Amino acid sequence: MTVLGIIWFCLIFVLIAGYFVLDGFDLGAGVLSPFVAKTDEEHAILHRSIGPVWDGNEVWLLTAGGALFAAFGAAYATTFSGFYLAIMLVLIGLIIRAISLEFGAHDPAWKKTWRILFFVGSLLPALLFGVAVGNVYAGIPMDANGDYIGIPLIGLVTPFTLLTGLLGLSLFLLLGASWLALKSPVGLAMQKRASDIRLAFVVISLLLFFAVSAYGHFIIQPEMDPALNILRWIFAGAFVAALLVAVWSDSRKQDLLTFLLACAAAVSLVGLWAASMFPNFVVAGAGDPLSLFATAASGENITIATAASSDLTLAWMLGITCVGMPLVLIYHVISYRVFRGRVEQQD
Amino acid sequence: MELFADAAFLARLQFTFVVIVHFIFVPLSIGMGLIMAINETRYYKSRDPKDAAITKFWAKIFTTTFAIGVATGITMEFSFGTNWADYSRFVADIFGAPLAAEALLAFFLESVFLGIVLLGRNKVSPKFYLVSTWLVWFGSCLSALWILIANSWMQTPAGAELSADGTKAVMTDFLAAAFNPSTLARYSHTVLAVLVVGGFTAIAIAAYYLRKDKHNHFVEKMIKTGTVVALVSTCCLLVSAHSSAVVVAEQQPAKLAMMEGHYEEGTLPLYAVGWVDTEEEEVIAPLSLPGFTSFLATGDFEAEYPGLNDIAEENSDIVVEELPVQAVFQNYHLMVAMFGLICVVLLVALFAAFGKKGGARKNKWAQRLLMISPLFPMLAIMAGWLTAELGRQPYVVYPSTSAGEGIELLTNNAISQSVTPAELILTLLLFAVVYVFIVFAYARLIRRFVKEGPEEVSEPEEEVTVNEAAETVVEATGDVAVLEGSQNSAATTEERQGE
Ligand code: HDD
Ligand code: HEM
Ligand code: HEM
Repeated sequence: MTVLGIIWFCLIFVLIAGYFVLDGFDLGAGVLSPFVAKTDEEHAILHRSIGPVWDGNEVWLLTAGGALFAAFGAAYATTFSGFYLAIMLVLIGLIIRAISLEFGAHDPAWKKTWRILFFVGSLLPALLFGVAVGNVYAGIPMDANGDYIGIPLIGLVTPFTLLTGLLGLSLFLLLGASWLALKSPVGLAMQKRASDIRLAFVVISLLLFFAVSAYGHFIIQPEMDPALNILRWIFAGAFVAALLVAVWSDSRKQDLLTFLLACAAAVSLVGLWAASMFPNFVVAGAGDPLSLFATAASGENITIATAASSDLTLAWMLGITCVGMPLVLIYHVISYRVFRGRVEQQD
Repeated sequence: MELFADAAFLARLQFTFVVIVHFIFVPLSIGMGLIMAINETRYYKSRDPKDAAITKFWAKIFTTTFAIGVATGITMEFSFGTNWADYSRFVADIFGAPLAAEALLAFFLESVFLGIVLLGRNKVSPKFYLVSTWLVWFGSCLSALWILIANSWMQTPAGAELSADGTKAVMTDFLAAAFNPSTLARYSHTVLAVLVVGGFTAIAIAAYYLRKDKHNHFVEKMIKTGTVVALVSTCCLLVSAHSSAVVVAEQQPAKLAMMEGHYEEGTLPLYAVGWVDTEEEEVIAPLSLPGFTSFLATGDFEAEYPGLNDIAEENSDIVVEELPVQAVFQNYHLMVAMFGLICVVLLVALFAAFGKKGGARKNKWAQRLLMISPLFPMLAIMAGWLTAELGRQPYVVYPSTSAGEGIELLTNNAISQSVTPAELILTLLLFAVVYVFIVFAYARLIRRFVKEGPEEVSEPEEEVTVNEAAETVVEATGDVAVLEGSQNSAATTEERQGE
């Protein structure tokens, strides 16, 4: 395990955190769309609030995927082929969502169809990402080559991974509701609806978080690096604190602050996940003992040491990142500045 | 039916299907991106609202096209892990970096500035808007560079050696891997080809309006822009096509032999059309110029090349009967034939664009030809890719002349072992349904956009008046800063609303 390997382990999770926060709010807005947007005008405003940014947000996922491929090819190969059907559902979701976002605005005749596709396309990834995270954490059965040997798709659905899926979904919804409350014009019914449901997702996320933690601790009992105990407590504390403050800021109708707190909670959760995984990417094992489809433990963990690319590759990639990341941040500042403020009602 | 239990075949079928759909939309978006940026530059100078309407028209078609490019591209990005896990394990050290760089350096650029082009007309200054249109195009060319670096490395690997345990390729020289022997030839050939598509698309829509006799301003400007872009690209394309052929001749002898249906060692003749008789191992062609292809590749009519049988003798991986010789031969010759048709179209377009009024413009047949013209470069592009990709079988990482010892991987050894044929069939059907649906929806929308034309695009009336008011201010004072100022005040109102 080299220093470059550790740096790239951290960078992968930074990219995942960026994705969770940014695409989180637009996926969440998509899942919420049938419930908070009732009129054509509200749908239009919802779309315009994410219209200029959703693709850039999704590129965080592509970057994370590409970086995982380049830095830890074995982890990329095992997860993506092992979760084959689940990934395909995510992809189909992202596809129909992208299309409905760009086509829907110009196509009143197929309004209904585009809205349904937008909802379904947002829901699939928002739910399945969390399920995938639960699996790499709890462990999946693999052979010596690193290929998944459990039952396709169904083998990945266990009580634990369902819980992590719901926790993920709940945070997506929290981000989405906070975003819509922040961007919709004051006085619009959608703005009120979005800010009214925010609190519910804060509470649900907290409850699910405790459930997942307890389940992980007492039933899954994965091995975790004891040296990172403090870090895990800090991230867990930050997660809970952010959501507790969000309860307060929600009651004060502080839209921007609530949104930022939701983002902070999402980042803390990714941090906690990273600190729990280190130095593994995928745990080999039987998974959740309560699963109906539990398989015997097998294979070896995929770790920084076993999966890392050569130092030469990692060094070049770090160089490319040092050039690219500042540019990406500049683009984001430009984009979010140009489209700052609430969406105008008659645009 | 045996084939449908063969995971490698199914994985290839699926990849072929999704990449072909992706690459129908990629050339359209890179090509149109340039046309749009050129037009916006004209508008920046002319301040003619009619030119703004043209940009808006392109922006709409462009984003619709781009959306499909994005949607289908995501599938591609992850398919290396989902469908080609053993491939990914073998090449990750080299192949992953360009994919990551593409996302970081190109996709962010494209997507952020496209957001501005689409929804920011009234939120940024005209200069910023102009720069955004160019950045979108620049981003797409950059993305093409990185992905073609990755693709070229599979064709002509360089800068890598086999790891000590023999399980994977390890990078030894980043620049040699990135700029491997075929990168530059492939990049220039592909980008020039997609620009021809862009030029022809502009010409085709102009020809449609000519036929309907409306939107004269659009016709006037776009037929010229399209023709110039296509003409320049086609001229450069010929040069780069030649260097592509030279690279193949030097690096991939088996591919060259398949392209020409060449079974026994000897000089290479040139055929315009032909049929490979794979039983008799010879080419049936009405006309063949002996030694001409040898001449094109090396400048020497006498240059001899090994045939497929000679290559198979030395390499036990290659089984002549199993090579897709016919497909590679036909695709290659289709591409070259399309080059001829493209030249014909260009001649007609030149007359229509710059000739006397009347003449070619009024001619029904000329109009019809121009209207379908984007099909020709599109066909050539597909045929070209099929040549390049089928021609490297049975390898996915080709042991080219440049490849280090042991840097090769058979396609059959590249698949994901955890993915079953049933899963592949299921997802292939799923993709087929979804892709057919989105292509249908796309065609329907584009038809409507083209019918409505550039004038009617003004969505809410208010926006147009704001635009026009701003334009009068600019015209009156000749000062862009005033416009920026008025936007700033608009922004402050918005901020106040936000509180
Ligand atoms: C010569 C150019 C070219 C080629 C050969 C490919 N692409 Fe592509 N791709 C583009 C040129 C492009 C583009 C012009 O940059 C697109 C099209 C529309 C767009 O959004 O960007 C794009 C989009 C696009 C996206 C979505 C980007 C976004 O969300 O903004 C992904 C993930 C990929 N591509 C990935 C791939 C992969 C993995 C390929 C190979 C198998 C591939 N592309 C072939
Ligand atoms: C965009 C235009 C492209 C087209 C039309 C295209 C076409 C194809 C076709 C037809 C195949 C199947 C070959 C067979 O079944 O024998 C294939 C396979 C493949 N291509 Fe491409 N390709 C394109 C771009 C790329 C790029 C840019 C990459 C990599 C960066 C790539 C990587 C692959 C891989 C990994 C396979 C699977 C292995 C194989 O079947 O040999 N392709 N492609
Ligand atoms: C005189 C005409 C042409 C010649 C001699 C020629 C030559 C070639 C060769 C040898 C290849 C294979 C390269 C490889 O496998 O590495 C190729 C590929 C290709 N060709 Fe052409 N070409 C011609 C015209 C065209 C035209 C008119 C287009 C499209 C407008 C086109 C688009 C492509 C594309 C997209 C590829 C695949 C990418 C690549 O490998 O470079 N070609 N061409």
